[in-house]
Amino acid sequence: MSATFERGMNAFKEVLDAPIASFFSSCVHCGLCAEACLFYTETGDPKYTPIHKLEPLRRVWQQEYTLLGKLAKLTGLAKPVTDEELAEWAPLVYDSCTLCGRCSMVCPVGNDIAYMVRKMREGMSAAGHAPEGLVTATTRAIQSGSPAGVKWVTVQAQIKHVQADYGSEVPVNRENVDYLVLMSSWEILNYPEYLGAVGRILNRAGATWTLAEDAYEATNSGIQIGVSDLARELVGRIVGAAERLKVKCVISPECGHAYTAIRWEGPNLMGRPFGFEVKHILEVLDDLRRAGKLKLKGTLDTPLTYHDPCQLSRRGGVYEQPRTLLNQLAPQFREMSDNGVMNWCCGGGGGVSAIERAEPLRMAVFKRKKAQIEEVGVKTMVTACANCRVVMEEALEHYHMDVEILGLTELVAAHLDES
Amino acid sequence: MSALELLTWARGTGLSLALVIFVFGILLRLFEIFSLGRKADLSRARDTSPGSGWRTIVRRSLPPPGLFKRSPVTYIGGYVFHIGFAITLLFFVPHIELVRGLTGLSWPGLPMQVVDIAAVAAILALFVVLASRLTNPVKRFLSGAQDYFAWLLTLLPLLTGYLAFHHVIVDYTLMLALHILSVELLLVALPFTKLFHTVSVFVSRWYNGDIFGRKGVAS
Repeated sequence: MSATFERGMNAFKEVLDAPIASFFSSCVHCGLCAEACLFYTETGDPKYTPIHKLEPLRRVWQQEYTLLGKLAKLTGLAKPVTDEELAEWAPLVYDSCTLCGRCSMVCPVGNDIAYMVRKMREGMSAAGHAPEGLVTATTRAIQSGSPAGVKWVTVQAQIKHVQADYGSEVPVNRENVDYLVLMSSWEILNYPEYLGAVGRILNRAGATWTLAEDAYEATNSGIQIGVSDLARELVGRIVGAAERLKVKCVISPECGHAYTAIRWEGPNLMGRPFGFEVKHILEVLDDLRRAGKLKLKGTLDTPLTYHDPCQLSRRGGVYEQPRTLLNQLAPQFREMSDNGVMNWCCGGGGGVSAIERAEPLRMAVFKRKKAQIEEVGVKTMVTACANCRVVMEEALEHYHMDVEILGLTELVAAHLDES
Repeated sequence: MSALELLTWARGTGLSLALVIFVFGILLRLFEIFSLGRKADLSRARDTSPGSGWRTIVRRSLPPPGLFKRSPVTYIGGYVFHIGFAITLLFFVPHIELVRGLTGLSWPGLPMQVVDIAAVAAILALFVVLASRLTNPVKRFLSGAQDYFAWLLTLLPLLTGYLAFHHVIVDYTLMLALHILSVELLLVALPFTKLFHTVSVFVSRWYNGDIFGRKGVAS
């Protein structure tokens, strides 16, 4: 990646499309997007207003693609975008936007601001202003297969554990199966129970599945950093494995942005529709339940709540499935005040959790989730994104809060009727 | 130039010029937007949600849960201004007569008293949102000269129209001429300032609804 200012400016021009032009044309500076953004609500600093994060991109649009803007540029009246300015904007475009899209839901003129931030990152990274942590993670993902540097041998070790614990085989590189199971680095490293849980559920349902040696990692830091070429390379590995093994469906793990990367951006990155389906594990669980193949027994009789991962609910449309499952499993399931598609982000999505310098800010904005948890008054929170889980576990520790977080898939597996 | 000559120019050449720039400007701006194109989304839509873009055009007029409480002035000020302005523009009998003279189209107007209240409400709302823009840290931070210029351009037709109708300050002919000139200024500036949201809001809301709709998220 040889980054230059010119490459960045070209990338900006490249990503500008009719939706973005209409969004910039419509903004009336009403400031409502700020009220929807936890980086503003929790800090009170107006520089975190979502639409402001796009100011350099807006000026490129104006000076390149509008008549008045072009005239202003020719006559020297327009303020050109500079490399220094982009450097100054990096903390706004990366550290303080989790691509959660809450602003996109409230903008009265309908601006999809998260869509624009995602696009703006293409230019920022091309100009060399992507934060170091994200660059490192992406480079590692390209070289070793995982942003955390998790190699296949690590997965193999985990497979052995799962096989020993549950006495059932973990299929690898098997062809013509129903599902290709993917994991995120976090699940491989921090939450090994995920693989066992998925395996037991699928086996019990009589579904066939497999892991792929060359495509076990679902996360895609190319999406977060904003380099479509690298994002394509990472998604391509999964698509390659899914096609080679002729699977019917690829299961995105409990990870929000991995789902966005494969399900929504994937076909666009590859430039063609997929011949297989892509589903989040919660969608698969719900499919199995509908088909009568998910037999559960017992309940978890503890007051608990559900944290919607943004990429899953607001940006992905998976918000009913977890509630159906929780209503069945947890009689004391309670909703937080803003939930479903209007949830508040954990503060670490969109690559923010990989940016070291953003940590103090991430802790500060967690106050929103903290207030939500305190309001609903539970000690157990269920979610379906390993990144949300890691981010929130760290923040709960930081605030000395005694709250436990569970993955929904493992909760389902714990109540599987295996008799 | 006498007040009558000014009025004659405003009603004739001025209006024609303003309308040409207004129409040409809108077409140009729409061309600038649509000519950038949009790549087809190759991901499989969750459900074929026909009309999600159109539904969002309507639904985005309502505040999403929780937002009204966080920013009541923006919402109330916005509603009162837009509704008041629309009533004044579209249901004031002389305005309808003007449109009928130009195009032959007409529709029933509202009683003068109703339009009067709507105009005053819209003017007051404009001052409330200006005060909010000057005091709210986010709005103040976002605002530049164009925001205040657009505010002034919106206020002038309402104010001059109100003064002309009530025959206050200066004589009727001059005030009517100023009223028409201020409308022409608004027409000329609309396509090239943030006032263009009057048109582009339908485009941006449609895209938003389309993007969210195919993912199964109603917005």
